[in-house]
Amino acid sequence: MEKNYSKKSKITKKMKPDAAVVSFLLNYSKALKIVKIEGQFFEIIVN
Amino acid sequence: MANIQISDALLVKDYVSGDERALATLIKRHESKIYGFIYSKISDRDVSNDIFQDTFIKVIKTLKTSSYNEEGKFLPWVMRIAHNLIIDHFRKAKKMPLFRETEEFSIFSIMSDDSLTIENKIIAEQVEMDIRKLIEGLPADQKEVLTMRMYQDISFKEISELTGVSINTALGRMRYALMNLRKIIEKNQIVLTN
Repeated sequence: MEKNYSKKSKITKKMKPDAAVVSFLLNYSKALKIVKIEGQFFEIIVN
Repeated sequence: MANIQISDALLVKDYVSGDERALATLIKRHESKIYGFIYSKISDRDVSNDIFQDTFIKVIKTLKTSSYNEEGKFLPWVMRIAHNLIIDHFRKAKKMPLFRETEEFSIFSIMSDDSLTIENKIIAEQVEMDIRKLIEGLPADQKEVLTMRMYQDISFKEISELTGVSINTALGRMRYALMNLRKIIEKNQIVLTN
């Protein structure tokens, strides 16, 4: 059988970040409030 | 029924207006491409997860401050953020190389703790004490030269000046001091090793 010498791609078809990472991002987004006061942004994390 | 996909631009608009579900859709839609891109450069799942997370934290902050303008497309913009974070990662890694434990390479081969163990410390203190006791038993002139040379780090020239004898005499006294110490050690079979 012929050998395949082509380089294996590092990217597999469905590479996904950990579910915990996505969950963190969604929760972080929900908790984060950014307010602008006198031209400055203030980040507030609401628990 | 045709499956109509809401455009990225519309999802971004919804998210900026406060619809958190829009972000979930955007992440779900592009996570594979973005994560795959990061992993193709980093080849480490944990670091890729970190960079993916940092990328979206930037995305979230930019969108929430309403400083994002839909000039380009959403995905290329996120990819650019990820790309910049990858470059930052390699810059940091260059400054502080990371060693990973593998079968061929053990981190302990380049890292060792040379400090004495508690047991060895106690032994070293004991040896030190024994030597001091032995020195106390030497004749005064020999003890003087040996103490000055070994404990006060004074040169033989300076010892000769301080004690008012020639350098040769100081050297001779040192020689006799060491010979006497050896004799006492051998005679009493004292073990002075750590």
